[in-house]
Amino acid sequence: MPRASVWLIRSALVCLALGFTLGALMLGGKGLGWTAELPRAIPAHVELVVTGWMIQLAMGVALWILPRFGVRGPARRAAWGWLAWGLLNSGIAMVVLGQAFAGRLCELAAILAFAGGVWSRVRASGLSAM
Amino acid sequence: MPPLSRWYVKTALIYLVLALLLGVLLAGGALARLPPVLALAGPAQIHLFVVGWLTQLIFGIAYWMFPKASAEHPRGNDLTAILTYVLLNAGLLARAVGEPWQAFHPGALPGALLLASAAMQWAAGVGFAAATWPRVRGR
Repeated sequence: MPRASVWLIRSALVCLALGFTLGALMLGGKGLGWTAELPRAIPAHVELVVTGWMIQLAMGVALWILPRFGVRGPARRAAWGWLAWGLLNSGIAMVVLGQAFAGRLCELAAILAFAGGVWSRVRASGLSAM
Repeated sequence: MPPLSRWYVKTALIYLVLALLLGVLLAGGALARLPPVLALAGPAQIHLFVVGWLTQLIFGIAYWMFPKASAEHPRGNDLTAILTYVLLNAGLLARAVGEPWQAFHPGALPGALLLASAAMQWAAGVGFAAATWPRVRGR
C-alpha cells in the first residue's frame, strides 16, 4: 500500500472515530433531553462522517487499488496523493471549525488533485481496445 | 470471503432495503397521513442508510480485503471484530426504535435506549478504527 494511501486511510479512521464520538454525544444528549444545543454540532458530524470518513477512505483505497500504470506508462506519482491528503484534511478541519467556504475550496482543490493524479490509471486492462 | 464479512454485507443489504422502504413511507406522508411516531423517523432513516448500509458495507469489505495483520491472525482479533458487528447493529436497532419514540413521547425508557445506542455505536466505530489501524501500512 503506498504511503499516501496509508495516510488517507488512517486519517479516514481518525475521522470515523471523531465523527462517531460527536454523533454519540448528540444521540446521548437527545436521550437525556438536552436538545437545545444539539443541532449546532450536526454540520461537523456530517463533515467528519461523509467527507472525512467515506470520501477519504474511497480516495485512499482507489490510490492503492487502481492499476499502477497509466495509458502512457508508470503513473503512480505520489505528489498528487500527498497534495490531495493535505488539502482534504485542511478543508475538513476548516469546515468543522466553521470556516465552510475556505474549507470547501480546499476540498475542491483536493479532489481535483486526486482526480488529476489517478485519471490516467483508470483504463482498460490488458490489450483490450476499450 | 470470511463469514463475518458475509454477515456484514448481507446485513448491510437488509438495511439498504429497510432504509429505502422507510424513505418511501416518509415520502408518502405527502399523500396520506402517517402514524405520528413514523413521521418522526427521519433521522433514524438517514442513519439506517449511512450507518446500516454504507458504513457496514465498508466494515465488511475492509475486514475481508485489507492487508493481513499477521500470519497467525490475518484479520486481527476475531473477538473484537465480532463484538464490533454486534454493537454496531444492536446500537443501530436501538436508535431506530428509541429515536422516534423519544421524539413522540419523551421518557426514561426511550432516553435510556438512546444512551445505550450511543454507547454501542461509539464503541463499534472506535473499535473498528482501532482494530483496522495496524492493517493499514505501507509495503
